[in-house]
Amino acid sequence: MAPFRMFTTLVFGALVAFSTPTMAVEPDEVLADPALEARARDLSQHLRCVVCQNQSIDDSNAPLARDFRVLLRERLKAGDTDEAAVNFIVERYGNFVLLKPPMQLHTLLLWFGPGLVLLLALACYWMLVRRPVETDPRRAESLSASEREELQTILTKGTS
Amino acid sequence: MVAEIGQFALVLTLTLAIAQSVVPLIGTHLGDLKLMRFGASAAIGQAVFLTVSFAALISCYVTSDFSVVNVVENSNSAMPMIYKVTATWGNHEGSMLLWVLILALFGAAVAAFGGTLPEPLKARALAVQGMVGTGFLAFILFTSNPFARVFPAPADGQELNPLLQDIGLAIHPPFLYLGYVGFSMAFSFSVAALMEGKVEASWARWVRPWVLAAWCFLTIGITLGSFWAYYELGWGGWWFWDPVENASFMPWLTGTALLHSALVVERRQTLVNWTILLGILTFSLSLVGTFLVRSGVLTSVHSFALDPSRGIFILGLIALTTGGALALYAYRAPSLKHGSPFGAVSRESSLVLNNVLLISAAATVFIGTFYPLVIEATTNDKISVGPPFYNLTFVPMMIPLLVVMVVGPMLKWKRGTIREGLAKLTRPAIIAGLLVVAILIYTFGAHALAAISFGLAAWVIAGSFAILVHRTRLGQVPLSASLQLARITPRSVYGLVVAHAGIGVTVLGITAMSAWQEEKLQALPIGGQVEVGGYQVTLKSVGPETGPNYRAERAVFDINSNGQVISTQHSEKRFYPVRRYQTTEAGIHTNFISNVYVAVGDRNDKNEWTVRAYYHPLAPFIWYGPFIMALGGFVSLSDRRFRIGAPRRARPAYALAPAE
Repeated sequence: MAPFRMFTTLVFGALVAFSTPTMAVEPDEVLADPALEARARDLSQHLRCVVCQNQSIDDSNAPLARDFRVLLRERLKAGDTDEAAVNFIVERYGNFVLLKPPMQLHTLLLWFGPGLVLLLALACYWMLVRRPVETDPRRAESLSASEREELQTILTKGTS
Repeated sequence: MVAEIGQFALVLTLTLAIAQSVVPLIGTHLGDLKLMRFGASAAIGQAVFLTVSFAALISCYVTSDFSVVNVVENSNSAMPMIYKVTATWGNHEGSMLLWVLILALFGAAVAAFGGTLPEPLKARALAVQGMVGTGFLAFILFTSNPFARVFPAPADGQELNPLLQDIGLAIHPPFLYLGYVGFSMAFSFSVAALMEGKVEASWARWVRPWVLAAWCFLTIGITLGSFWAYYELGWGGWWFWDPVENASFMPWLTGTALLHSALVVERRQTLVNWTILLGILTFSLSLVGTFLVRSGVLTSVHSFALDPSRGIFILGLIALTTGGALALYAYRAPSLKHGSPFGAVSRESSLVLNNVLLISAAATVFIGTFYPLVIEATTNDKISVGPPFYNLTFVPMMIPLLVVMVVGPMLKWKRGTIREGLAKLTRPAIIAGLLVVAILIYTFGAHALAAISFGLAAWVIAGSFAILVHRTRLGQVPLSASLQLARITPRSVYGLVVAHAGIGVTVLGITAMSAWQEEKLQALPIGGQVEVGGYQVTLKSVGPETGPNYRAERAVFDINSNGQVISTQHSEKRFYPVRRYQTTEAGIHTNFISNVYVAVGDRNDKNEWTVRAYYHPLAPFIWYGPFIMALGGFVSLSDRRFRIGAPRRARPAYALAPAE
């Protein structure tokens, strides 16, 4: 059932996202206090519209995104700190609403994965360039026993 | 009848593809030249039959043949002719047909222009090309036949998704596919080299132009998509780190890495293993790009094909292609010849560092795109990975890249010194430094990050041109001597300069947009005015408008500067009745340096209209940059080396390689 449900939510999400091409933030939502509004805009750029694909509620024109924006502004007006206002929404809708995923045990790989890859790649790079330029050790090693023997015969022939 | 011809040609192509993947390999095994050469004939045959098949599908669309299911689902008799044609590939089945057609055209190009290639290498590469083709042709015929009929035929069709009824998006997929599929050449030649167990200098000379061409097309394709998002989606965004965008960006990143590492193979016959691995990875990521859009596992604003059942088939194809190639790689790569080593400070070393950063960046995008899926499958949590994540992980990796890409070309092959490299870069460094200071002073230190970013962009642009200045000894020798030197400078050097400068241009655009864009949101009555970025935007009128297949509400805006009307812009909300779909058309006034962007929304009960006006400084630079990069690629492609110097004779190529 799960894939089908996901499928329908996605289709539904796409429909909702595009069926109402009104502007994202509407003038009637804007708070009178510019400082508070600026905070709201900033926060809403980090919150995901849950029925859209990777759109923030600031960009989205879906009705649900509007509800989120209004809710967020209500919390800010009520005197919540930025953190408290966001937490209020996360508590109800889960981590899914955060466009910047929280640092938790199961997201450690997400946050540190890129750095680990970079370190690993840099380590490989370092090993590669550390090889001495003038003398290539692999070339010296590459003589097999028979080759060495052959070389020896040539050398002795040369001297004799 | 036409549909049946198309279908028949498609079946014929599949049989040819199967033969092409087997017969040449038997030829190389037996040492039979005739069997080896069958690959070339089959490849040309594939291209011919697929052209017939694709033409048949276009013909069904142009004549609005509503007995074909695909046409019914994606076309309508009222649609303008141009969109009837582009609807051919504006849907799942048709776009897959375009994909295999491009694959076949690349295969035919190997057959036609590969006269100088060693026969066994050519035979093997064409066989691999045939295998890939077989997989995708089977996919089309068994799961997504574009020629399926319907009876009784409906009177009219359902129309193309209105979002796709736009010229930018109409030409976006073909370019994207030319890029994706072009990387199949890197893949086929990599696998062929692994089968042979040896890589000659001619190999890189042969593969690099194809990779370069594919890279240019992919660059253009991605840019068109980004530009489309900017003007069509109605809020002035141009990159969303959306899964489908990421899907096209990953092969671009690894393809860019491949382009540079193949350069090392070509010039120094080293990094062979790594380049082959990159060839395999880049094409695999291109397949993932196709898969992401088609499968329904990840959907986004761009996706027009949602079908999870097909996803299984494509996933299988990717697993087979990637898995098979990687297994062969693991088996054969250790026996490939290792090249000559190089110093920590050298051209090679800087190109490896470029690869390190680009691959890490690609891995970052990969992790960000797929991690939410993993989390959802393994825990109860659902997470989103959005722009803030990439700003913290991807962007920092780009900064050292911008520094290295200027220093690298100034270093000598094999062994150079930092001092010597930097000595050639004093002027770019001074220009960049002055720009940073100027911006800091001008903005009272408010935009330190933007200032640094501008400095980096100036460093990249000035540093790229410094290559030319240095090469032509401009200012050190008489001008006529410099011009003479400029004339004998290879085009690939010009390509490098132009492409690298393009990156700098993009950085300028991105930085200005993120630091200095202005936005005004207001409910305006008719005649109302809003000011943004020093421009006055006046709402003149709002009225109905009728298009061929839509109804629209059109707002007319005057844009004033210093009391004079400099432009009249329209912004529309369109309603497509057949699909019951609404789209927005933004009005954009541009002076080619900055944009004023206006979009109209709903009317409130006070008879005012929601108007969103933006000032987008240097926004066009975001798209100039990639086009300049692609131009650089094409300039480089026109280099004499690729036109005639290619592997005319395989063995003397070593002797001909520049000593430098």
